[in-house]
Amino acid sequence: MIKGLHWYKIAAILLLLVTSWFGLMGDVPRLVVLNETIRNLYFHVPMWFGMVVILGASAVHSIKYLSKPDPVSDIKAEEMAKTGLLFGILGLVTGAIWAQFTWGEWWSSDPKQNTSAIALLIYLAYLVLRGSFREEQQRARVAAVYNIFAFASLIPLLFILPRLAEDSLHPGNGGNPGFGGYDLDANMRMVFYPAVLGWILLGFWITELRVRLKKIQLP
Amino acid sequence: MKSNALKQFLALLRHEFTAEWRQRNALGGVLLYVVSTVFVAYLTFKRVEPLTWIALYWIILLFASVNAVAKSFIQYAPGRMLYYYLVADPLALLAAKLVYNIVLLWTIQLLAFGVMSLLVGQPVQDPLMFLLSGGLAAIGFAASGTLVSAISHKATNQSTLMAILSFPVLLPVLTLVIKLSKNALDGLDRSVSYDELLSLSAVDALVVGVALLLFPYLWKE
Repeated sequence: MIKGLHWYKIAAILLLLVTSWFGLMGDVPRLVVLNETIRNLYFHVPMWFGMVVILGASAVHSIKYLSKPDPVSDIKAEEMAKTGLLFGILGLVTGAIWAQFTWGEWWSSDPKQNTSAIALLIYLAYLVLRGSFREEQQRARVAAVYNIFAFASLIPLLFILPRLAEDSLHPGNGGNPGFGGYDLDANMRMVFYPAVLGWILLGFWITELRVRLKKIQLP
Repeated sequence: MKSNALKQFLALLRHEFTAEWRQRNALGGVLLYVVSTVFVAYLTFKRVEPLTWIALYWIILLFASVNAVAKSFIQYAPGRMLYYYLVADPLALLAAKLVYNIVLLWTIQLLAFGVMSLLVGQPVQDPLMFLLSGGLAAIGFAASGTLVSAISHKATNQSTLMAILSFPVLLPVLTLVIKLSKNALDGLDRSVSYDELLSLSAVDALVVGVALLLFPYLWKE
């Protein structure tokens, strides 16, 4: 067994191979407007799942840090926030491309687009906050407090507000039928769920590499 | 211990009000900020569309609120927090700041509403509902603002941090209250807004709760 090669990394490779093959070559239902862009479901939607899960894990590590100040928890919280940010940016970009081909505009002031952009602002601010301290323990503690607070305000942002708005273009909002309704057939589900899991595992893999690097650099 | 914390809370709250009253120029500054921004808006827009009115009102209030709440910790000289750390209960201190800031934001909102109505016109058809939702939003603003002020108090670039840290976390409250304001502006039946009022109260409760939970970790120097 190669050192550092955990089961979840193998799982991530396999799941993403499945996703890429069936995502590009598999059979998808032919739908009006969506056409072939429906394949983006395997790449765009998992970015959001990945972002929320990884940012949640980051908040958990911040809670851990506050209950027991261990520099490794702080490193994990920071690196997970960065990976979450990466997923958020990718989600926004893949979403904008999808929106251009289905809704006709890169940015159509959709509530979910806006709230996601706000989420990115919050975590960019978190990184700026981290940069404004010289003393490491103080930085870790204050950043942990902001991280938990930010995640707590992200929850209403991502889940409650888009549902209240009537004019969302996303499926499942504002009278639009959800993807679960009839668009997503059984074949697509077989690819979609592995894709979500695969991308999330890849996110944790990226984080793990960076955490290991940071651990070596610890004084 | 519990009654002690309550006594501390009342003493600190009284201190907030007396200290503010003794330094009336700070309070006057905040209120003048509101009046002059409204006046600038009036001079540039004269009469505005109702929707623009709402946008202007909330932009002015967002900046005025962040400025007003920012000083709750940022104004502290180094060592002041250490003094509080020795003598006071963290929850009592935060609760006192919070209540004071809520009252301050209510004052600011009433002033802004009054001056806006006088100069730019008053298109709101259900002013009571408008002010009620604004009052609820003030609680969320005060809680986020107070915690963020305590966070940026520790850092080197305080005022920049105050803005970039607080604007995104204020946005859930702001989006909800703008929705509610639009309902009140159009004079929609109040039952239409119950859903959003409930969401706004829930977000307020969440923000206040998380702020109270997290503050004790912040104030150890």
